Amino acid sequence: MSEVKLLEVSGLKTYFHLENKAVAKAVDGVDFYIRPGETVALVGESGSGKSITSLSIMKLINKPGKIEDGRISFGGKDLVGLNDKQMTNVRGKEIGMIFQEPMTALNPVFTIGNQIIETLIRHKKMTKNEARLRAIELLKVVGFPRAEETMKEYPHQLSGGMRHRAMIAIAISCDPKLLIADEPTTALDVTIQAQILDLMDEMKKKFNMAVLLITHDLGVVAEYADRIMVMYGGQIVEETTIEKLFLTPKHPYTMGLLDSLPSLEKEVDRLGAIKGTVPPAHRFPIGCRFSDRCPKVMSKCRDMNPSIYETDAEESHRVRCYLYE
Amino acid sequence: MYKYIIRRLLIFIPMLFVLTIFVFGLIQAAPGDPITGKNFDPNIDPEVFERQKEALGLNDPIHVQYWNWVTKVMQGDFGESYIFKGRDVSELIGERIGNTFYLGIFTLFITIIVSIPIGIYSAKKPYSILDYGATTFGFFGLAVPNFFFGLVAIYVFSIKLGWLPSQGSVSSPGLTGIELFLDKLQHLILPGLTLGLAGTASYMRFMRSEVLDVLASDYIRTARAKGMTNRNVLYKHTLRNAMIPIITLLGFEVGILLSGAVITEGVFQYPGIGTLFLSSIGNRDYPVIMAINLMLGFFILLGNLLADIFYSIVDPRIRYD
Ligand SMILES: Nc1ncnc2c1ncn2[C@@H]1O[C@H](COP(=O)(O)OP(=O)(O)OP(=O)(O)O)[C@@H](O)[C@H]1O
Ligand code: SF4
Ligand SMILES: [Mg+2]
Repeated sequence: MSEVKLLEVSGLKTYFHLENKAVAKAVDGVDFYIRPGETVALVGESGSGKSITSLSIMKLINKPGKIEDGRISFGGKDLVGLNDKQMTNVRGKEIGMIFQEPMTALNPVFTIGNQIIETLIRHKKMTKNEARLRAIELLKVVGFPRAEETMKEYPHQLSGGMRHRAMIAIAISCDPKLLIADEPTTALDVTIQAQILDLMDEMKKKFNMAVLLITHDLGVVAEYADRIMVMYGGQIVEETTIEKLFLTPKHPYTMGLLDSLPSLEKEVDRLGAIKGTVPPAHRFPIGCRFSDRCPKVMSKCRDMNPSIYETDAEESHRVRCYLYE
Repeated sequence: MYKYIIRRLLIFIPMLFVLTIFVFGLIQAAPGDPITGKNFDPNIDPEVFERQKEALGLNDPIHVQYWNWVTKVMQGDFGESYIFKGRDVSELIGERIGNTFYLGIFTLFITIIVSIPIGIYSAKKPYSILDYGATTFGFFGLAVPNFFFGLVAIYVFSIKLGWLPSQGSVSSPGLTGIELFLDKLQHLILPGLTLGLAGTASYMRFMRSEVLDVLASDYIRTARAKGMTNRNVLYKHTLRNAMIPIITLLGFEVGILLSGAVITEGVFQYPGIGTLFLSSIGNRDYPVIMAINLMLGFFILLGNLLADIFYSIVDPRIRYD
């Protein structure tokens, strides 16, 4: 695999300044990279900071949130330094994004056609008619056989799965180099889920896009991703290839996640499931953020947060845990 | 969509009928009749009043009275005024409806061009100085009663500063063309501002919260993630959605303006339907009162009908119910 990096995030910190002066460190020192054309999964429990990480890349953090520190280097540019106007030329054009909620993510008062066409006109400098033809093509690609009619339909006339397809059509319309999918399928039933993920995978190969796939479904990860990052308490706690993560997980949190997966061999032995919940982002423990729930906690774990350690010389396997110091 | 509009129009007809029953019933329920207050004069033979009542049909059974009235109304005949002898009610109303209409349109226009841009700006820059200013004005506008604001406005702008006329709808009868137009406009300013104050204040607040809600919605995030510019996000994606509930309210506003006009016209002695209504109530001029009540009700229903129709045009989700 090439060592060219499409996206490289380093030291990213995105904080929310709450009204009571507390600071929610939603993303607190995140480093990772994505190579062109690869699918990288970002997993973690609810509240671990996955969405805020992806919204930070898009610079779509609203008040009271703010990117406090870090670099987001994309195709040679540092996105953190761009102003809002410059960012509008990156969003939708170089980075496409699809969201979790198919019911509310499309504007209810404009037709599907209108919502694809405006994106094409904005970024591709097409005429209205060129954009219309391209939009029909795109709808066909994402699986609308009657694309001409779909163009004239409104979001409420489509099913959840269909709206998702329309969202994908919008997100890939300007041939982005990176597609961010934030829990793209959680709201869908299982068969539709598989269809949408297959479609995304197909689009990725067809257009040679890289994908940042955010999910809390490890099953999805195993099937579609090349590499995986596990997030906990606003930080990445383990990062490696899919094979290594499933065969030799190292972080106690990752082990817990894998244990809680239903598996054929282990029958219904869920004893491995992690106790407790993710600490809120404005009240992390002083030491390792997982220390309150970790079955292997040591005394030093409670004093200082461990840094992330490289444990594999050949292909990266980073773990944020004192066991691998 | 056409189907929806036609269905809505068809419901309108029975609603009008119910309205006539209400208007008629309300008058019947009010104590006294047109003769009340005049038959104390000991020099007039009670027989005269009895004959008058008979002639006006006031001794017929109620349903007959109703039927006579309604059938005439349907032919556009509202009867003769009891007070202005020999004058048709429709004539009296016709003379004044134009003025009330101008006042209503002027007020609506001011309300919209002031409240909507300020509401949008407040939402765009919440907690800015202008937003706080607008909030303060909003409380003021809602708290101060119409008539009081009108009196203060007359005191300040007519009596003290002498900038604007305090009453009437024209200064001298001889004016024509552009001069007449400007003169009428001058006479509209104070009553228009008075009548529009509360509406402007509430639309401003409403628009602000509506735009803020829409800006926080998922589809706005999608629009931003597509790289749409801030202008486009605000004026296309946000506004179209934020206007939907506003349009419904504007429909109700027609009725609110007309009823508000009664008081405001009274304060400014503006020769419209409102002043006619007030004097007719004082005189127990039943045919006029009923005609105006009917008209008010009709415009309220019409406003709601128009709101529904506009609503179905701007919100595609409505058309397929
Ligand atoms: N607007 C906000 N104000 C304050 N805190 C926020 C805000 N948005 C997010 N956070 C905090 O940031 C943290 C991370 O949130 P994020 O949405 O990234 O989680 P997530 O990993 O995407 O979870 P999920 O799986 O539920 O989507 C949470 O602890 C949350 O409390
Ligand atoms: S650092 Fe300590 S508490 Fe944290 S995961 Fe490792 S062993 Fe557990
Ligand atoms: Mg999320």
